[in-house]
Order: sequence, then C-alpha cells, then structure tokens
Amino acid sequence: MKGKQTPTKKLPFFGIGKILPYLKNYKKAMAIMILGSVIGSVYDVVIPVFQRYALNHFITLGTLEGLPLYILLYLAAILLAALVNYAAALMGTKVEVGVDKDLRNDAFAHLQTLSFSYFNQNSVGYIHARVMSDTGRIGQLVSWTVLDSIWQLGYVIGAVVVMFSINARLAALVVAVLPLAVLFYAIFQGRLTRVNREIRELNSQITGDFNEGITGARTVKTLVIENTMEKTFVADTARMRRKAIQGARLRGLFAVTMNFASSLALAVVLWKGGYIAKTQIGTFSLFMSYAQGMMEPVRWVVDAISDLITTQVNIERLTRLLETEPDVKDSPEVVARYGDSFEPKKENWEELRGDIEFEDVSFRYPDGDETILEHFNLKIPFGTNVAIVGETGAGKSTLANLICRFYEPTAGRLLIDGRDARERSQLWLHSAIGYVLQTPHLFSGSVRENLLYGNPKATDEDIARALKLVSAEGVIEKLEKGLDTDVGEGGDMLSTGEKQLLSFARAILAEPKILVLDEATASVDTITEQKIQAAIDTIIHGRTSIVIAHRLSTVRNADVILVVRDGKIIEQGRHEELMRARGHYYRLYTRQYEDEATSAALA
Amino acid sequence: MENTKIPKEYKRQLLWRFLRGSKALFVLSMLCAALSALADMLSPQIIRVAVDNVLGGKEAQIPAIALRLVERAGGFAYLAEHIWIMAVALLAVALLKALSVFGFNVAKTTAAETLVKTMRDSLFAHIERLPFAWHMKHHTGDIIQRCTSDIDTMKNFVAEQMTNIIRIVILLVLSLGFMLSMSWKLTIIAVLPVPYIIIRSFHFHRRIGEAFLKCDENEGILSSMAQENLTGVRVVRAFGAERSERDRFFRQNEYYTGLWMKLARPLAQFWTVSDILSGIQILLIVIFGSVFCIRGEMLPGAYIAFLSYGAIMTWPVRMLGRMISEMSKAGVSVERIAYIMMAEEEKATGKALQAPMDGDIVFDHVSYAYDNGPEILHDVSFTMKAGTTLGILGGTGSGKSTMMLLLDKLYELPEGCGTISIGGTDIRDIETPWLRHNIGMVLQEPYLFSRTLKENIAITNEQMPMEEIREAARAACLDETIQSFSKGYETFVGERGVTLSGGQKQRAAIARMLTQNTPIMIFDDSLSAVDTETDAKIRAALERRFGSASIILISHRITTLSKADQILVLDKGRIAECGSHEELRCGGGIYQQICEIQSSSAEEGGVPA
Repeated sequence: MKGKQTPTKKLPFFGIGKILPYLKNYKKAMAIMILGSVIGSVYDVVIPVFQRYALNHFITLGTLEGLPLYILLYLAAILLAALVNYAAALMGTKVEVGVDKDLRNDAFAHLQTLSFSYFNQNSVGYIHARVMSDTGRIGQLVSWTVLDSIWQLGYVIGAVVVMFSINARLAALVVAVLPLAVLFYAIFQGRLTRVNREIRELNSQITGDFNEGITGARTVKTLVIENTMEKTFVADTARMRRKAIQGARLRGLFAVTMNFASSLALAVVLWKGGYIAKTQIGTFSLFMSYAQGMMEPVRWVVDAISDLITTQVNIERLTRLLETEPDVKDSPEVVARYGDSFEPKKENWEELRGDIEFEDVSFRYPDGDETILEHFNLKIPFGTNVAIVGETGAGKSTLANLICRFYEPTAGRLLIDGRDARERSQLWLHSAIGYVLQTPHLFSGSVRENLLYGNPKATDEDIARALKLVSAEGVIEKLEKGLDTDVGEGGDMLSTGEKQLLSFARAILAEPKILVLDEATASVDTITEQKIQAAIDTIIHGRTSIVIAHRLSTVRNADVILVVRDGKIIEQGRHEELMRARGHYYRLYTRQYEDEATSAALA
Repeated sequence: MENTKIPKEYKRQLLWRFLRGSKALFVLSMLCAALSALADMLSPQIIRVAVDNVLGGKEAQIPAIALRLVERAGGFAYLAEHIWIMAVALLAVALLKALSVFGFNVAKTTAAETLVKTMRDSLFAHIERLPFAWHMKHHTGDIIQRCTSDIDTMKNFVAEQMTNIIRIVILLVLSLGFMLSMSWKLTIIAVLPVPYIIIRSFHFHRRIGEAFLKCDENEGILSSMAQENLTGVRVVRAFGAERSERDRFFRQNEYYTGLWMKLARPLAQFWTVSDILSGIQILLIVIFGSVFCIRGEMLPGAYIAFLSYGAIMTWPVRMLGRMISEMSKAGVSVERIAYIMMAEEEKATGKALQAPMDGDIVFDHVSYAYDNGPEILHDVSFTMKAGTTLGILGGTGSGKSTMMLLLDKLYELPEGCGTISIGGTDIRDIETPWLRHNIGMVLQEPYLFSRTLKENIAITNEQMPMEEIREAARAACLDETIQSFSKGYETFVGERGVTLSGGQKQRAAIARMLTQNTPIMIFDDSLSAVDTETDAKIRAALERRFGSASIILISHRITTLSKADQILVLDKGRIAECGSHEELRCGGGIYQQICEIQSSSAEEGGVPA
C-alpha cells in the first residue's frame, strides 16, 4: 500500500509558522546560537583588519611598538571567538535534537490516537518516514541552517561595510562580482538537486534489483534467465553511473565557477587596487582576504534557501499527520469522566461484564463505498463463543473491528453491557479485551516485557500460570535466559508456533473479559498445532470470544457461527443448523474438512 | 552468516580485479589534484611578486623561470605600469585551477562509479550463478546488506578517503616547499602546530567513533520502536497500551537525544581547541613575519603569501587526522564482499551434453539427504514414459519437492546415490542450462518480478509476440482477469504495483512457464490456490495444447491427480504406492483413504471429532 496521494496543501512562508511553537522551548538556546553566529562572523571580518594593522603599522613603519598589546588583543579575539563558537555549537545541537525530539514525540503520541482508517490509507513506511526523517530535517533547518546563514551573511555584510569604509571605489568593484556568483550558483544548485534526487531513486532501484535477484534466485534458475536478469541489472548500474558522472560534472562546474569568481575578485583587487600596495600594503592585503573569502558564503546562503524550500515538503507532510483527526474519538464528556488513552481515570471505570450487542448496526468503511453491514442485530451475552468463517479476503475482521471499536457503526449502536460503547472511553473497553493476531506480533525486548504488555502488574506467578495454561512453559525452558531472553526484532528469534503460544499467554495475562482471536493459518508442526489448539480451547473458556476461525473444532463448538462472503454476513447459526442448510458454510466446511483429513492421512 | 577466514592474497586480488577500468582514472584524478594544489600555491606567489618586485620595486628572490617570464612581459618596471598583466596572470592560474578541479571531480567520480559498477555487476552476476543450496543457506537481508552498504563503504574508502588523503598530502608537501623557498625560519614556526593538530584529530576521531556508533545504534532502536508500533497497531490498541508505548518511545527518544547532547560537548570542545590552534598558528605567522620583515629578512609580499599558505592549510590539516582514523572500517567490508565472491558458482559437470529431452524420465534408486541431514529420499525408483502425466501425492516432508529440485539440478545428486536420467542420459551429463531450458517448473509460491504482467509472462523471451503471451495467459485462465485490470497486460506487479492474489500469482507463473513450450512441465503444488473449476480448465488446456509434453503434477486434490497416467504416493521419502487412479483407488492404501475423504461429504464421511 502506498501513501495516500492527497495533494499537500502549500503552507505560506515555507510552513515556518507551524514550526514556531516548537521553538518556544528553545528560545534561550536559539538566542545564544544566533548571537554566537553574529559574533563569529564579526571575528571573521576582524581578523583581516588585524593583519592589515600589522602590515600597515609594524612592517611599513618598521617598528615593534605596541606589539605586546597587539598580541594580547589578537589572542583575546581568538579566545572570545572560540568560546562563543563553543556555546553556539552546543546550543545549535540543543535546538536541533530538541526540536527533533519534540516533533517526534508529538507525532508518535498523536499516532497512538489516530484511527485505523488512517493506518489503512497510509503505508507503514510512509508514516514511519514522517516520524523519523521529516522531524530530523526540520530540526536541522531551525538549527544549523539558521546558524550558518546568519554567520555567512554576517561575514559578507561585515566585509562589505569594512571595504566601503576604507575604499568605496575598490569595494564597489569587488562587490560587483558577487551577483555573478549568486546567479551561477543558483542555476547549478537547482540542477544539482534534481540530479541528486535521480541518483537516490536509481540507488533504490538497484537495491530492489539485488533484492529481486536474491529472493527470486530459485525462479531465475528454473527459468534460466540469469542472463536476462544480469542484462537488466547492468543497464540499471550503467544508468546510475551515467547519472552520477553527470552529477560530478555539475559539481565540478560549480566548483569551477566558485573558484573562478574568487580569483576574478582577487584579480580586480590587484588590477584596480595594486597602487594601494605601494603605500598601504595592509589595506591591499585586507581587500585580498575579503575578495577571496566572500564567494564561499554565497554558496552557503543559496544552499540554505534550497534547504528551506525542500524542507517545506517535510513540514507540510508532518503537519498533515499532526492535524489529522481520529475518526473514532471519545466525546469530551467521556474524556472528562473516564480520561483519555494517556491519562485514564480508572477510579471512575465500571467493571466490564462482557455482554455485547449489535443493535440495528449498519457499517461502511470510511474509505470504501460499499455498505457491509445493514441493520445487523446480534446479541452476544457474556461467555458466548462466536466464530466467524469465510474465505480469505471475505471481510471476516469487520465484526472484530467494530467490537474493538477500531471503527464505529455508520448507523445503529454497539452495546457493551447494555450501554452504547460511545458512552465509555476506548481505553476502558480495550483494557478488557484480549487480542490474538493471526500472525503473532511480538515487540523487541525480553519475553517478560512482551508477556506483561497487556498487564504490567502481573507477577511471576501469574506469568507461570498463564504459560502453563497455554502449554508454553516448554518455550521458556528452551531459552537460555528464560523470561529475560531477548526475542529480537518482531520476535524473530522465536519460531512462528512459539510466538503464537506466547501471544496467547500475553492475552491471558491481561485477564480480558472479551477475547478476539484471529486463528493462524500458517503451517506449524503437528505437536505445536495440537498445543495451539488446546490453548485456544482453554483461553476462550469463561470469556466472550470472537474467533475468526480456520480450525474445524473451533467452528463446530461455537455458540454462533457467522458466515461471511464478499464482506457480508450471509449465514448465521450453529454448526448443525448450517450444515443442514447445505449453503456456503456447508461447502466451506466440507472443503476444509477434506484438506485437513488429507493432510492428516498423509502425515 | 559465518565468516570463514579469507586469505589476504585473495582480498588483494579481488580489489585489483574490481579496480580494473578505473585505476587509470584514479591516477588521472590524482594528477588533477596535484595540478590544482599547484595552482593554489601559485596565486599567492603572483601576489608576492606583484607586491614585492613589481609594486614595491624591491629585488626579491624569484625562480629563474618566473624571471624569464617577467622579462618576456617587459620587465618589472613595465609591469608596474601595466599591473593588469599581473591580474591576467592571476586569472590564468585561476583557469588552471578551475580546469584541474573540474578534472579532479569528474575523473574521481567516473573512477568511483566505474569501480562501483564493476563491483555491483560482478556481485550480481556471481550471485545469480551461485548454487541454489548456497541461497538456501544465507539470509537475504544479509546478502543485500553486503551488496549495498558494504559496497558503499568500499567506494568511500577508495574514492573519498584514499583520494582525499593523497590530495591533502600533496597539498601539504607543496605548501611546505613553497614556504621553505621564502623563509625557512618562518616555515618552521608556521608548521609547528601541524603535526600536533593531525595527531590530535586522529586520536579524537578514533575515540569519538564509538560514541557515533552508539548514537546510530540507538537511532536504530528508536526507529524500530516506531516501526513495531506501526505494524503492531492492532495489538497496541487492543491491549490499551497507548500510554506505555508512548512512554517507552519518549524514554528512548530522550535517551537517544541525550546521547547526541553528550556527544556535542566533546565535539564542540574539539572544534574550539582546533579553532584556537589555527588562530594561534596564523598569529604566529603575523608576529614572526612582522619581526622578520622589520629586520629585513623578509619582504611584505612573502609575508602575505605566508598568511595565504597558512589559511590554505587549515582545513586539510584538520581533515587528515579524521580521514586516517576512519580508514580501518573498509577492511571489514572487503572481507564481507570477498566472502560472497569466494563461494563457488554452479559449474558444468559430466559431459555437458545437450541431449534430447523428450524421452522417458527415470529415477533409479535415488536417495538424497541435505548436508548431513536426515535422508529425505530413500531408494526412489520409477519410470515415467515420455509424453505421459505423472501425479504425485505426498505430505509435507515426504520429499516430493526435493525430487523436483533434483530433477532440475537445483540440487546436485551426489555420485553413488542413484541416478536420474532423461531419455537414457544421466542428467549429470546434461548441460545444466540446457536441462533447465527444457523443464518448465511452477512453484507453489511463485515469484513474480516487479515488472509488468506482460514482461513477467514473456520473461524468457523479450521479443515474444503479444499473441503468444495472451495465448499462454488464456491457457492459464488468466487472460480475462488481466483484461479486467485498467492497464491490462501493462499492469505493474510487485512492490511498486498491484498486489495479486495467491491464485492470480500461480496462474501468472503457469502462463510464464507455458510460453517456454518445454517438453517437460512440473507443477509443484501450483494449483493449490486456484479453485477446483479453474484447476480443471487449466488441466484441460494443457491436455489440448501440450499433449506431447511430459507433465508432473504434485497435488493434494484427487480430482487433479486422477487423470494422470501414473500416480506416485510418497511417504517419508519412499514410494508407498504407485499405479493409475483406478488401481490405487481400491488399493487399500493412503490413496484410497484420501479418495474416500475427498469424495464423501462431511456428513457421511464421519465428521471429525
């Protein structure tokens, strides 16, 4: 899935307005940083003045009079500049990482409140880039880009002022070279940015090629298309090489113009200002220094402007994320009474019994146009076991989504313990729900951390009991550090079956009244399969359970079976009733029975 | 992936091989670097001559060549009148500098990109030709890492670090030479802090490297925390863990940010001290230069030139220590790439014959085990007549897929483990590409390439006429589906395109295979995701159009298997039953059992307990 392609709305003033509130916390740091860059630029302007004095005074007059004071002042300037530099660098870092951190925190916290429709419309990669890289770009903009441009601009202004105050005619000639440099650089900069983007795209294309060549190796071999693959690859690397060289040529040309502009300014000083050297050699040297030093800042300033323009996109995308309103939201009254997801008022929470009722519910996904449920009514009293069956992609998770209040009915009501779900907070409901996914999702960290996920207060005895209940003690015993073993990213250090069992234990530890379970279809070995089956039987006991079912035994023993096809519930009833009806359920069941029996016979 | 020790000699050779085609360019870029350094040195000299000899009217020491040039131009006095000539000289040097900088940039990048291209191409070609077994043993992620970031590291090493170090050294040596020619005393004073600055920078960067690494690692942790939160959003919400997730993220974010702040201090300190040192270096030149000038040991122009050299040296000197400290990183990358390049490619064995492939397929006492593992196939013998259909039924781990991998030589059947022959020729003696060209195979989870559907189906022959592509798609019952896509055959599949369902993928893979028109076709459980009707249709089309081909069908569906001329039932690597559907149906074995399961409805056939 790709990021939703809604056009970003252009923000005025490069979106700076949206960032200003984040700078509030760093006012002092920003002030020191800016002051530092001003003083830094003054130092850079002053050093040639010092050198001018040495030439004009000591050398021309042939005297060392006043040298000690001169050295003292010079040293003081060096030290002062260094200290100011130190402070500016520290504050720059503080602003950069601070703004970065605050933006990232806000984005992350906001994501915790956004609805599922948002996650369905935007890919994980897209959202992740907003949280991790947009924030970084913005942090850099408000720190280093600001610092550099003030510093460089300050230098140029200072140098121009000093030059004009000494010799206006020569100063004017030197300054005349500046616009030329600016113009050239601005032209190259735009083209360079484009080429750089193309290079990045080609680079990811090549990584994709590698990925394909490696994961598709078996297919490549059976089709004997090694040569075709290689040809495509070599063509891509050739394009990459061409582009990169084109980029180098641009960079080269750019360096050339910059160098040449410096030299041109220098030549102007020598040509039109050479006569000064006869009497005031120091002044001549001062002009030389400025002429040479003034072209580099041009580059910095143009770079800063281009940074500002490219970062605007980052600001816009991040702002859009931060300003997205969740579809499912607790009303202010509910928040006032029950608290929100971050600050719950648990003292006001009623005990949740576990009765669920769909009352005349109609439902349509926010991003879909088909009505999936129409005037649907279903009572699920506490302790009922509901099974939902249907083919892959038939839309089995819709009911689970509604019960978990991941989505809300378009019309009608979902009643929890006889009251509209909207009358209590999301967290109140979620705290009573246990959820087991088809592909178990563990977080990196230790086994213990994962098990405590739904109930941080559980003791080791609770954990041991839960593990025993789902026969997962064996999993822990095998691990070197027991409960403290790290499961790796996404639980990669464990097998699918092991992850499945642990996710059951995690669900049990949360002591849920309502259990939502998406049975796994992934193939695990027979023994694990049996363990998982037994675990399911155990954990659904004594709870209201909604099982998206793939296993026959789960289906057969369910109190209600809902049969879903093309997103709609087409049959409903107990196993025997549905079998007698010889409808869709009958066909599904028969086929699955055949599959399972065949596998069993072949095992 | 474990790293076996890679001989130094091999790494050297490999590097040399990669550098083929770019060595000359690297040398050229170094020459350009030297020229540009020379230009850097010359322009202060022109100023010096202008200030001392031309404008100052003094007789400063200048080299014979320069003197001759001056005389050509009309002598110092004439130049003093026509100072623009000196300005032009300055521009001429600037031109030299510009050209050499341009040359350096282009030559260096061309060299670097040529090197990268050679590395990537060799790696890719090599990886495509590594045996299937090698691929099974290594993690995709790890291989890709080696092909991308390790290559980048090597490129940086050769194209950035090496060239920059050489460039800086050239610059330093030249500055030293020019300064010495003017005043050895002031030179000593001017370069006094240099060794210290270099060594200090080297040690600092070596030390701080670890802190940077720690920052990177923690950014990685933070990043995967966000990633996990996003992929696990259902779990987070259903467990009501928003708050603990938020707090956990805030904590890590705080810690990570703190690491940068901690790093900022020594970094700022380092730069501050560096600034002070550089400032003092210039101050030393100013003080002693002034003293020497007053004493008449030096002329003002030379003094100005010294200041210029001092300024030119400041940055390169600071960079040098850092560059050297970062060099060691490349060694590891070379090692990691060499590991892949050292693995042996699939090689031609036996007589490499292009034997006729339309004969009988015979498995003769074939036994097979992967790398000292348990035996997967045990004494399997059967004959499949040319042009017939063979059905294979077996559970997971029964060895049915292994049989096909052996037949396609994706795994090599070792000597003494029986023989597989086609038309009487041992497949060990058949050239591998030839063999695979003549065996079409569709896997259970087929792999489609991120190209258009048309390109995917015609991947074995880019010039395939459209009609042929559609013909194959039609036989695979895919044509209609493709027509229903808005872009039809131009629909892009894979990561950047539409996601196909399992059944659509299988059918696309079948179409792809059919275009090859091979005398042998293997369907390794590749109809599992299509429904029974489509399954039957596809098989009927096969029968009609490819009647003369030998077809091997691996399936769990009796309806799929029943029409086969011969059916094998595999059980734990052995042939348990063998015969036609009619024979096996009442054979009292597994096949009969499964027939009964699948023909009876659930009600009659004993509903499972």
